[in-house]
Amino acid sequence: MKGGMPIGDDDLHGYVDKCLSPERMAAVEAYIAAHPDAAVRIRQYQEQRQALRSALQLKYDEPVPVRLRVASIQTEQRRWWRQTLGRVAVSGLWLLIGAAGGWFANEGLAARPSARVASATVEDGIAREALVAHRVFAAEVRHPVEVDVSQEKHLIEWLSKRLGRPLHVPNLSAQGYQLMGGRLLPASAGPAAQLMYDDGTGRRLTVYLTAEDGGETSFRYVRDGELGGFHWRDAGFSYAVLAQADRRELLATAEAIYRQTAGPAPVPAR
Amino acid sequence: MSEMAALIEPHIPALRRYAFALIREDASADDLVQDCLERAVSRWHLRRNDGDVRSWLFTILHNLFVSQRRQTLRRGPHRPLEDVDHETGVPGAQEHAITHRDMLRALASLPEEQQSVLVLIGVEDLSYTEAARVVGVPVGTIMSRLSRARDRLRGLMNGGLMNSEEPVTLRRIK
Repeated sequence: MKGGMPIGDDDLHGYVDKCLSPERMAAVEAYIAAHPDAAVRIRQYQEQRQALRSALQLKYDEPVPVRLRVASIQTEQRRWWRQTLGRVAVSGLWLLIGAAGGWFANEGLAARPSARVASATVEDGIAREALVAHRVFAAEVRHPVEVDVSQEKHLIEWLSKRLGRPLHVPNLSAQGYQLMGGRLLPASAGPAAQLMYDDGTGRRLTVYLTAEDGGETSFRYVRDGELGGFHWRDAGFSYAVLAQADRRELLATAEAIYRQTAGPAPVPAR
Repeated sequence: MSEMAALIEPHIPALRRYAFALIREDASADDLVQDCLERAVSRWHLRRNDGDVRSWLFTILHNLFVSQRRQTLRRGPHRPLEDVDHETGVPGAQEHAITHRDMLRALASLPEEQQSVLVLIGVEDLSYTEAARVVGVPVGTIMSRLSRARDRLRGLMNGGLMNSEEPVTLRRIK
């Protein structure tokens, strides 16, 4: 027998895996020649090794799915970072909005204590819900309204019934807006009505109403990007009017709505 | 293509093969590879420059597999192969015609630690030392696992269970 060290289990596996030194390979070969049982063992090891390789070869030959390309992984990770940074930025924005809200609420508090605090939160809610509703439905091309202007009488009756008090649909043709129709929406405190207007160029204006008991408030200005508006409370309703327009135009529209729904316009707040 | 992509991409088919051998379910195996690649891409700068990329990737994949498997074990075992309709094997003369499915089932019947070693060495052609590094055990342990795995498979082959309609069970060879 050649090769010094006696042949062990490790050598047989090393032989199967072809990772022995040439001398050791030769030694194992000689050992196999002299030991038929070892030869059978080796042959079976080789067989199962080959069987396993070919069973898995199909998987190896498959084209790599796109999601497992390094470029896709990198894109995904970059997107994740952007989204995370975006989310952080948005949280920061909300923090600012909250801080600003607190500052204004405090101002109001100084002017007229308890009454203003409650109304500030309710009205902020109105403004937020009106903004979201505007963004959702003003962008709607095929179904901007639930009941269109051809059924204006039905629209008014229906919304009045659901809001629990008679509703007046403002005429804003002097401001260049024609009524398209309206819809009923769920608001946090109950039903809300959204009236939608169009200026003929595709620019949309919404008037958002919820039934609200309590006193009058002044006009409050809101702006979210290109979208701006005023909201106020008067005669059993909270109103918000929103459009992609500047403050002056929005104020004129808000005053027009106020005049049509109640008495003299309130003084705009700062 | 970046240097990183050029160094990683050639190993992806092998990573998919190893993951499939361990999990035997296409989508889950690719999920594991994706996790591995995400980790590799985000930790590319942390790898040892002298180290070989293939072993590094297999080590990440292996560690992910082990930690995910630990979670699955808590939920209960997942045994996809046995839910599949079994191929109708040709009875008799099977010793030299081990079907792919039977081979994978036989592999599945081994303890997981033996499966890894058998595939890393027998299929992925890692050296015993590399396999030891990937699995995180001494070379001696790799050798004994390899030896036990191969003898167990030999027992299955000789016991004629490779083509049986029954799922391969450890009970029958004990």
